[in-house]
Amino acid sequence: MKLPTLKEVGTEAKLLLIGIPVFIWTMVPIYHMFLFAISPKEDAFSGKLWPDHPTLHNFHIVFYQEHYFLRDFWIQFWNSTVIALSAGALTLFIATAAAFSISRLRVPGGRWVMNLALFTYFIPAAFLAVPMYRTMGNYGLLNNHWSLILAMVTIASPYAIWVLKQASDKLPVELDEAATMDGATTLQLFRLVYVPLMMPSLVAIGTYAVLLAWNEYLYAFLLLSKDTNITLPVALGNFLAADDSPWELLMTTGFIYALPPAAIYYAFKRYMVGGLTAGAVKS
Amino acid sequence: MAITLSGSDTIPAPPWSSRLTTAQVWGILLLAPYLLVFLAFVVYPVCYGLYLARDPQNYVALYNDPIFARAAVNTLIFLVIGINVKMLIALFLSGFFAQQRPWIKWLSVIFILPWAVPSIPTILSVRFMLNPEWGVINHLIFSFTGDDGPNWLNNPAVALTMAIGVHIWKSLPFWTLILLTGRLAIPHDLYEASEVDGANPWQKFRFITWPSMQTLYVTCTLLSMIWTLGDFNSVYLLTGGGPADLTHVLSTLGIRYLRLDQLSLAMASIVVAMPLVLPLVYFMMKRLSR
Repeated sequence: MKLPTLKEVGTEAKLLLIGIPVFIWTMVPIYHMFLFAISPKEDAFSGKLWPDHPTLHNFHIVFYQEHYFLRDFWIQFWNSTVIALSAGALTLFIATAAAFSISRLRVPGGRWVMNLALFTYFIPAAFLAVPMYRTMGNYGLLNNHWSLILAMVTIASPYAIWVLKQASDKLPVELDEAATMDGATTLQLFRLVYVPLMMPSLVAIGTYAVLLAWNEYLYAFLLLSKDTNITLPVALGNFLAADDSPWELLMTTGFIYALPPAAIYYAFKRYMVGGLTAGAVKS
Repeated sequence: MAITLSGSDTIPAPPWSSRLTTAQVWGILLLAPYLLVFLAFVVYPVCYGLYLARDPQNYVALYNDPIFARAAVNTLIFLVIGINVKMLIALFLSGFFAQQRPWIKWLSVIFILPWAVPSIPTILSVRFMLNPEWGVINHLIFSFTGDDGPNWLNNPAVALTMAIGVHIWKSLPFWTLILLTGRLAIPHDLYEASEVDGANPWQKFRFITWPSMQTLYVTCTLLSMIWTLGDFNSVYLLTGGGPADLTHVLSTLGIRYLRLDQLSLAMASIVVAMPLVLPLVYFMMKRLSR
């Protein structure tokens, strides 16, 4: 075995000196959440770094809705799921159609629409929330899941269109020409040539839109208010209103709520990092 | 563009179809869903909001509201400190993560977590850690010093600092990743050549890394500015704007007015942020739509 030189040890030590704080900084709030999720109520506030008697009892309480704060847990979980998946599917449909139209069909005014979409992308969502809330009221959509779905589609589409357009610009024009020569109609071109080739980008964008909607707090809390139609983040936010909040249950619910996006992120990491970071900033 | 359809020499085509190919008609149809969404949920709300905020009295009221002045100052502090600290750390860490080590690769997988998990449970977790009576931080302070720790979220300056910290915690991984992508794109022979010439690490950064990444860094900083302006969660979930409405930023202030049913004030508070937002948006669009 080759012994490391003094210089190599020094470099490694310097890297560890950065790596350890980075690890602690990253993990502390997440570990704190996890610690409370596995701590029995009486251990929860002891300030220990590991509970004396770790337990899954908090998960039991949440899953069986055995606390009045959690009596609608499953329906809220369902609401979050339905809204995220609908917003994802609708965004994917709208953005794919638009990107195909702008990039492949070179529709007149397409560039103009592209700029409008980019403009929307750069308006901070918190600023659009105020007028959008009022508008949803005018449309009679408040407290209806459609309001949140449509709001999320509005926010996710611009970036989706932009990333998909960048990706479809890279497909060779010859493909379209060959398909058209073979007698493919525009819709066949879309369905049989374009969509299959765009699959990696579509996965990235679909995941992006689903996660955006699943994670959304501000719009969800403005647009939905009934206990049985709110999403999980709003339910978590409502814990804050009470003084006697059961924090160990709040952290358990938060942990359960954070698991699906983390799992999805890691499952689709390959697509996400490629599709999204390349799209986010073009230097 | 003129096209010839079979049989079109006998029946004159209507003027619009003579200018549009079938592909273009499909193009318009496929673009229509987005245009509808854009009209219904961007154009109409924005116009309606501007209409609500049209009365100059709103701006006078806003100007006279001390909470607004405080929020404007807080926003500037949040932007200047939050973004610069975040981007400088991201630039530094991108160099750290560019090192080829198995354990650094593993760490980078963990490092993404704050970005991958939703903000509400983690921000609430931080809020809980900072609780003066039973939060873990004051627990530790007590066990080491025997004194009670500070009431973190009761002092507006400290509370705002904590909110900036939460913002950095959440968004640092994303920017590190972007800057790492930029750093990895720098040709390796440049570094090898400089090593032959005896360059030290600082010189390598100064004369190779920084010039290659400068544009990316500036773009990222500007984009991050737009997004930080819209960061509602960090402040709202950590401090709720408190104590005594002293930690509001513009994005939480609009929602505060909304909750108080002062819709035109809410809109006005957003309109006054536009001179800051629009130049940034214009610049970003110019960069990205090339």
